[in-house]
Amino acid sequence: MGKVKKKIKTIRIDVDKCNGCRACEMICSAFHAKPRYSSNNPERSRIRVMRDPLRDVYVPVYAGEYTAAECAGRDQYVIDGKEYDACGFCRSSCPSRSLFKEPDSGLPLKCDMCEDDPALEKPLCVQWCINDALIYEEREEEVEEETKPGEMEIGLESLADKYGLQKVMETVARMSKKD
Amino acid sequence: MEIDLSRGSIERVETDPKLTELHLGGLGTNAKILWDRVPPETDPFSPDNLLIFGTGLLCGTPAPGCNRTMLSTLSPQTRLMAFSMMGGFWAPELKYAGYDKVIIRGKSPKLVYLWIHNDKVEIRDASHLRGKGAVETQDILRRELKEPKAQVAAIGLAGENRVYFASIEQGRSSASRQGLGAVMGDKGLKAIAVRGTKDVNVARPAEFMELCNEVMKYIQFREANPVPGVIPILGRLGSPQEMAIHDEKWHTENFMWGNARTRRKDFWTDDIHKAWTATMDSVRTRLISCYNCPIKCGATISVPGHSTYMMKCFSKLTYVMAAFSDLDFGFKIASRATEYGVDGYSTPQVMAFALELYEAGILTDDDFPGMPADTEGRFYWLLDRIVRREGIGDILANGTHWAALAIGKGAEAYAHNNIKKHEQLPLKLSMLNPIYFLMYCTGEKMNITQIEGQFPQAPFPTMEEREAFVKDWFQVPDDRYKQYFLDWEIRGERSNPYYPTVDISVDIVDWQEKMHYIDDALGLCAGLSSFHLKPPYHIHNIPKLIAAGAGIDMDEAKLTQITKRNRTLVRAVNIGRGLRRADEKPPEDHWKKRFPELEEKLLDAYYKFKGWDPDGIPTKETLAELGLSYVAKDFEAKGIIKNG
Repeated sequence: MGKVKKKIKTIRIDVDKCNGCRACEMICSAFHAKPRYSSNNPERSRIRVMRDPLRDVYVPVYAGEYTAAECAGRDQYVIDGKEYDACGFCRSSCPSRSLFKEPDSGLPLKCDMCEDDPALEKPLCVQWCINDALIYEEREEEVEEETKPGEMEIGLESLADKYGLQKVMETVARMSKKD
Repeated sequence: MEIDLSRGSIERVETDPKLTELHLGGLGTNAKILWDRVPPETDPFSPDNLLIFGTGLLCGTPAPGCNRTMLSTLSPQTRLMAFSMMGGFWAPELKYAGYDKVIIRGKSPKLVYLWIHNDKVEIRDASHLRGKGAVETQDILRRELKEPKAQVAAIGLAGENRVYFASIEQGRSSASRQGLGAVMGDKGLKAIAVRGTKDVNVARPAEFMELCNEVMKYIQFREANPVPGVIPILGRLGSPQEMAIHDEKWHTENFMWGNARTRRKDFWTDDIHKAWTATMDSVRTRLISCYNCPIKCGATISVPGHSTYMMKCFSKLTYVMAAFSDLDFGFKIASRATEYGVDGYSTPQVMAFALELYEAGILTDDDFPGMPADTEGRFYWLLDRIVRREGIGDILANGTHWAALAIGKGAEAYAHNNIKKHEQLPLKLSMLNPIYFLMYCTGEKMNITQIEGQFPQAPFPTMEEREAFVKDWFQVPDDRYKQYFLDWEIRGERSNPYYPTVDISVDIVDWQEKMHYIDDALGLCAGLSSFHLKPPYHIHNIPKLIAAGAGIDMDEAKLTQITKRNRTLVRAVNIGRGLRRADEKPPEDHWKKRFPELEEKLLDAYYKFKGWDPDGIPTKETLAELGLSYVAKDFEAKGIIKNG
């Protein structure tokens, strides 16, 4: 496989500019509702503001990759005299916290930069953050060409993560015999 | 949801869609519930009084700045329907938990708090929170419940001790006016913590979002283009931007100091500007917003050695000016006052009133045993005693009106800045303004900021400026309002008090009042709507938002009718409790130049326009037309409306 150019989309977060309004949470969940905008619920949002107003902690974090295991050491950071939990900056959906999980199914949520069909030019959370705590950025990177796994493969992989590959194979085999 | 604290019962009651169609929500349905269920002779501290936390109809939807909780009860201070609201995060959280209102009745024998977590609702012991600060309590409960995202509305010591001007505090917001905190304390309820993780739906999503996007775009336009020709706090959206600005020349030189008496015309010097800027910069950690609103009207304030709190709007100056002190003192005493949970308007005035009585010899050293000699020290001393109801504090805790009656010896003359027994902003002006006269007299909401807006407070000097102003003034319900403004002069025939004319004044006030009543039913913040000149929300887009959001068939005429119904129902509750024309007057000294004959004409015309009789009582016909015949029937039975 060769190298290819890939457009990387990111959101730069300026915690100093966050006014704590949580519009990003609201609009994210509304955009991803089916039908679109038919409901909203910050609990389903793929971006969350870690807020502790009295201690002046405001950290918007958007959901990254699912991680099957929780990480080892969890550190405390003190920045400008304010204490932050390492989880407070972490974008993973992981077993150690309820964040970035679809509340009904428990399945992990991940930010898709509002690329749902039709894709938006900029993620909606960025558009609704007119205080510029969230800034959309694009850059190009050379990456290894990869074959994108299909939806079924992703699904099977998460089942394998949860139950083990052996059990999945056994189940498929048993199901196929039923017919 | 209905909570009876006497019986410890929790009952989930479906919101009646018919009432929603008739009154929308928020204040409208609150008023309906109070009318139906609280008899007019009920004492505010009776278990039969209700304390209603009502969300607006569109709270929790994507509508920017739609986050208000409307609180209603009977006020211990005015003895009328108390009307106060708070922004912040509480109302959307309650919606996400699946509720429109929390209605509290009865009295708990022990101090309790309410924990609402979606379908799980519990009345829990709060004895460990007795005496705790209102801000502190919110923090303790979030930790105790292990729910950092819970939103908590709590009272402090003042509410527990039924101080008549006790507030309910919630994050960066509070419902402060008319003593709601006292009623909450009387019911033995320390706090309501809410956490909700359910969906809030809208009826027609695509249409609704487009309207919200337009609102957001217009907010950005207004942020970039403040309205010229008015003082900065009126030119920019939001609650007056007191936390953002440093220049306080206008307030400090035009509002009164002490017990609303002294004007200091040359107060604002370069030195003070520098000193106050340094103070503000040293304590203001961050400018902050309410739920789903980009405007930053609040700030986190951290004064070393004092507990951190959040402040908004004019409480920045009320303590400072009442005590003839400086900004540093203001931030420090507000920290303690916020923890105690008291109204930032009434409280400083009550203390200044006490000190004035002391200077006048009406109160003596015997009333103030051990009080320090300096004014700042005295303010702390008085505050501590008021919230504990100790000594003279017990009398002062009832506000200037009731305290003056209890003290006697001519003390009444010192409670000079009240309307309907309630302390007002310390404004003393020269020439009567007919629009403001009507708003002050007839406002059922007791706070001018919750009645005024839309129409400029004063005429613009030149015709060019006026024409420029009306050019993009599309928010007016009708073009005649533009003409009123174009014709309004600073001097001459077409100036205050005879212009705007009686009829025009009534017409303008009706528009102003209407927009507030709409906001208060929907949960919209006045800072993006009714309080402002050229706001993002107006009579033309709001009906569409209601239709697309709530699926209720709506247009401007229908919305106007609903608003009239809600306004009349609030009136009816108060009429039932004895409110009459005689009560509808501004503080005697609000304007130096008064015009008794004109003032009577203004009131006559306003009542007539509203369909009320000359005593301010809605007529049978008006009530029937608004679908409020049940009110007419009740009034007839009680002899308030004479038959035939």
